[in-house]
Parts: sequence; C-alpha cells; structure tokens
Amino acid sequence: MGLEKAFGESWVTSKMEFAINWARKFSFFNYPFVTACCGMEFMSTFASTYDIARFGAEFPRFSPRQADVLFVVGTVNQKMAPVLKRVYEQMIEPKWVVSFGVCATSGGFYDNYAVVDGIDKIIPVDVYIPGCPPRPQAVLDALVKLQQKVQKEKLV
Amino acid sequence: MIENLKHIFGNKIIDYVKNYDIDTLVAKKEALIQMISFLKNEEKFDFLMDLFAIDYLGYPDKKFEHRYEIVYNLYSFENNKRLILKVPVTEENPSVDSIVSFYSSADWYEREAYDMYGIVFNGHPNLKRILMYEEFQGHPLRKDYPLKKRQPRIDLK
Ligand code: SF4
Repeated sequence: MGLEKAFGESWVTSKMEFAINWARKFSFFNYPFVTACCGMEFMSTFASTYDIARFGAEFPRFSPRQADVLFVVGTVNQKMAPVLKRVYEQMIEPKWVVSFGVCATSGGFYDNYAVVDGIDKIIPVDVYIPGCPPRPQAVLDALVKLQQKVQKEKLV
Repeated sequence: MIENLKHIFGNKIIDYVKNYDIDTLVAKKEALIQMISFLKNEEKFDFLMDLFAIDYLGYPDKKFEHRYEIVYNLYSFENNKRLILKVPVTEENPSVDSIVSFYSSADWYEREAYDMYGIVFNGHPNLKRILMYEEFQGHPLRKDYPLKKRQPRIDLK
C-alpha cells in the first residue's frame, strides 16, 4: 500500500495497518455463489433472525467486481468449476473465500464423476464451514474467524 | 388394447406383463416407430412422461442377451391409462430410432440417455451431451464406468 514508503517501519505504519484492517473486517461485501441446497441456510443466516449486519457483512453484491468475500455455497460440479474460477479471478484485491458446507469443502458425499472434491482444488480458501447444511451459528462463527484473520493481515 | 396390439404386431412383441396394474410391453426395436405411431394416433397415448435407459451389465439372474433397455413411459389423458414400452438394444449396436417427431418432449430425454449411456438415437435433430461437458470422455452411468474415475478439469470457453 506504500505505507512503508511514507512512514518506514515506524509505529505509524502499524497503527495504520490496524485501522485499515479494522475497517475492512467490518465492511465485508459478500458475493454469494449459491449452487445448491446450502443456499437455503445461507438465506436464513442473512435474514433478520440472525442479523448478520451486526458484523457489518449484510450487504451482498451480485457482481464479483464489487465484492470482497466470496461465499461458495453448495455443490460445485466439474462443469461449473471454470465458472467459479473466473468469478474468483474477477474479484479485486483484497479478497477472501469462505467455503460453505461440506459439498464446497470436500465434495461431501458426492464422491463421483461430476462433483469437484473441494473448491480448494480450484481457488484458495480462507475459512471452511462444516455441516450439511451448516447452522447459522456456524456461519456466524466462520465470519468472526474470518474477521480475526483479516485483523492479523500484514499490509506491508 | 393389448389383444389389438398383439394382433397387429405379432412376433414383434417379445413379452407382455402387468406390473402394478400397468401394462408393460417389451418390443423389438425394428417395430418401434410403427408402434409409437400406432400408440399415439390410435390408442391416444398423447403424453410421453419419461424416457430413459437401463444398463443390465452384471444384473443378477439375467435371462436375456441384450445389455441395454430403453424404456418409454406413455400416458393417455383421454383414457387415463399408462403404458410402459421397453426396447432392448445390444452392446455392439446401442442405437434406436428417435421418436422426437412424435413427442417433442423426447428431445432432451434422448439427449440425456445419449449422454449417460451412449445410446444413439437415429434421426435426432440435435444429439449432443446435455448434462456433461463436451470434453467429457465416456458415458458415466454405464455400469463399467469406473466409480473413482476423474477426468481433467476444463477451461472456460
Ligand atoms: S453440504 Fe449438504 S446442504 Fe450443503 S449443498 Fe451439500 S448437500 Fe446441500
């Protein structure tokens, strides 16, 4: 970000880093890549009962170019895999990926010719959420874990 | 109706049973077009509910020679009747005439049977894969397609 150019490795750099990461972690724009049944649980997480706005992540963008967090929700099959890769490549830095449910994480019980056994074969993943489908609590837990991860990131 | 069919098609009908109150016919594939045309126009089976293939490879107690069977599930709104028509095809020549000209709903069903089992439907207007991608090798629902086989991932066109 050019911080170290401006301030060197002084305390200003680290404080700036803290402030920027803090701002980022509370303003996630999600891109939901919803392909299967997990989408239902995704919707209920984003509905009012669980109020994901508490974490500043309530705003889905339906264009990957405007999003920071890619939620891969559901089964990704071999035919879909290049599309997912293209969507990921279209997102601009900084970007994070959440794998939602066992299907996206490992292929789940679909051990066959059609399904990709885990989206980490195609794109890097930051947080995995287990469950078929995961409960909303698990999703919020993952979101908090992602925030902790973002807070620890280095900018220089 | 069955007497009628037996009278017209004679030895083209291999077998006839009534399963769960549904007439089930097994017929030779040479007679398929004639039979479908008869069933649609004379017996008023105006709706093709389903069309699929079965692979009998390794089927226990198999009493017949052929490997695949194509199953036509017909329904008549006028008479509220159902009919299952089965057509056996061999492993060496898994092909049968297309019935798209009679039922346009057969279009995607036949493409699916082609995609999954490699059954060739002669005269189909657009016989290409419907579920799998073009680069996919083989036919995944055949019993001899290896369960653990994975194919290289494709690039976006
Ligand atoms: S993990 Fe379960 S609920 Fe989620 S997409 Fe897979 S099968 Fe559906």
